[in-house]
Amino acid sequence: MAERLIELREVTKSYGRVFALGGVNLHVDRGEVVGLIGDNGAGKSTLIKILAGVVKPTSGDILVRGQKVHNWNGARSRDAGIETVFQDRALAVQQTIVRNIFMGREIAGGLGFLRVRKEHSEAERLMREIGFTSKVFTPDSIVGQLSGGERQGVAIARAIYNKADLIVLDEPTTALSLTETEKVFRFVRAVRASGRSILFIGHNIHHVHDIADRFVVLDRGRVALKADKAEMETAEKLIAFMEHVAHPKGISSFDPSAAVLEVRQ
Amino acid sequence: MTATTETGAEQRHPNASPFRRFLINNRAALGTLAVFVVMMAIFVVANPRVFLAWPLYSSVLVTLPVALFLVVPLVFVVTVGEIDLSFPATMGFSAWIFALLVQAGIDPFIAIIGGVVTGVVLGAGVGAIVVYAGLSSLIATLGMNYMLRGLIMIITEGKSIALLGLRDSTAYQIFSSSLAGIPVQIFWALAFVVFSAFLYNRHRFGARVHAVGDNPDSAAQMGIDVRRIRIATFMYMGLGAAFAGVFSVMINFTWWPTTGDGYLLPALASVFVGGTPAWGGIGTVAGGAIGALIISFIQSGIISAGLTGFYLQFFNGLIIVLALLGHRWNQARYR
Ligand SMILES: Nc1ncnc2c1ncn2[C@@H]1O[C@H](COP(=O)(O)OP(=O)(O)OP(=O)(O)O)[C@@H](O)[C@H]1O
Ligand SMILES: [Mg+2]
Repeated sequence: MAERLIELREVTKSYGRVFALGGVNLHVDRGEVVGLIGDNGAGKSTLIKILAGVVKPTSGDILVRGQKVHNWNGARSRDAGIETVFQDRALAVQQTIVRNIFMGREIAGGLGFLRVRKEHSEAERLMREIGFTSKVFTPDSIVGQLSGGERQGVAIARAIYNKADLIVLDEPTTALSLTETEKVFRFVRAVRASGRSILFIGHNIHHVHDIADRFVVLDRGRVALKADKAEMETAEKLIAFMEHVAHPKGISSFDPSAAVLEVRQ
Repeated sequence: MTATTETGAEQRHPNASPFRRFLINNRAALGTLAVFVVMMAIFVVANPRVFLAWPLYSSVLVTLPVALFLVVPLVFVVTVGEIDLSFPATMGFSAWIFALLVQAGIDPFIAIIGGVVTGVVLGAGVGAIVVYAGLSSLIATLGMNYMLRGLIMIITEGKSIALLGLRDSTAYQIFSSSLAGIPVQIFWALAFVVFSAFLYNRHRFGARVHAVGDNPDSAAQMGIDVRRIRIATFMYMGLGAAFAGVFSVMINFTWWPTTGDGYLLPALASVFVGGTPAWGGIGTVAGGAIGALIISFIQSGIISAGLTGFYLQFFNGLIIVLALLGHRWNQARYR
């Protein structure tokens, strides 16, 4: 069995009286692409923010490579090899591309002074690597001058800098053109090919089905389905399940008993 | 504000030439420099007797260093998205500790350290109150300013401390004498400006100050300890205020309980005249320093020209408004 990179056990999160997550179990193994899907407000972003250490869970455990972690926070999450492209992209728009890519982990000498040239060339390399290049912008361009897709490219370039073991992408293809989406997919496949893992959140089930090896469906803060690609051969089957989750008594042609998957909670 | 991200075609190719990039990266500071040059030209034409004579420049060189120690750290505070109105009292308080130590016969070098530590500690205190209690720094630091100043007044009963013996000390020779007719404190102040500019533009700390001021949520998501960075800028402000206080005591050989009071508005004005916008995330240390130069020249120039304080107010206000209009036109706010 592949190495278990990260695992969440019975994680809950409440915002006051709103329960965003109610006891979620989730794991990601080395070298796999996990697709996380669910309706708006299902708790997907909350889940990955807990993973990224920027939101504290109300209860539950986080395990990194089998070891339970304590005092989990943003810096530790990054140190543990988790990079996150947040849904809101988390960019500082008045700063340059370089400053955004190296935000929070500047390349600096012993006294903390920046190695500006190194950062510049690294930024250029990263942008090239993921195919987000243009004659129009350079690493010194202000992010506020970039288009939405270009900003997304900056956020992704930032996520791959560390050669992280797990890259979490929260709706990376939303608002992207077909070509740009294809670039993101190529990037995801390249990451998996290099033996690293991706947690991919998306609303386009076809996209997620296309790219992921395994699916986790969140419904109102609970895991409604965990299934391998083998069990969900077609996107249609996944969509049918999603519809069933949304309208349990409804019009869906999906018969949950016909496909006894690892259905939890 | 309805800034647009639409910029001129020249900005779409920022790599065109190193010179052009320099212009674009430093346009706020260069704009401030232009304001300064135009202002000086007008002054010289209007009153060559005063503005072409040395005494004016000599008096600017005495007052400017103190202002620089205040304006430059304030650029950090504004960039991180906060404001500090407590620096005049911090300056007075640190200078007070310095004066007390010197009065007690302690070596001035050690007294300087005492003053500086006081400033940094006060800055940390002010910063911690603002950051941990989540207060509006505008109001909270204003309150701290009154509180600290009031404390000084209560304890000293408004009495000043004269330190005539300071003149013979080595510390005075190093920090406050004059070299070929030029007051040496300007060199110390310039060194501070240059160091701060590197800290601001080329250091991890400066990069994080920018990030936090630009988008604190993103900075936190990227693992930056936002609160620590905010408090650190208040500490840097305290450091600068302490230097300003110590230098002002060494210049005057006297500590007054009001030391620092007059700097609140000029220092604030210098930051914004210098081209640092009030919204945080960007700014310019060099511009702030030139802003301090502008304000110093207005103050000394009006007085040397024999005009009354009414003119001083008018010109101060005029320059501030004109400079802000200039910068407004010069820089777009990205969102
Ligand atoms: N900071 C917050 N304070 C209060 N409630 C919150 C907060 N963040 C999220 N929530 C609530 O938690 C629930 C889950 O939100 P979350 O952002 O995780 O959903 P999501 O699955 O990512 O949705 P989407 O697909 O729209 O991005 C929502 O009901 C949301 O209103
Ligand atoms: Mg979301």
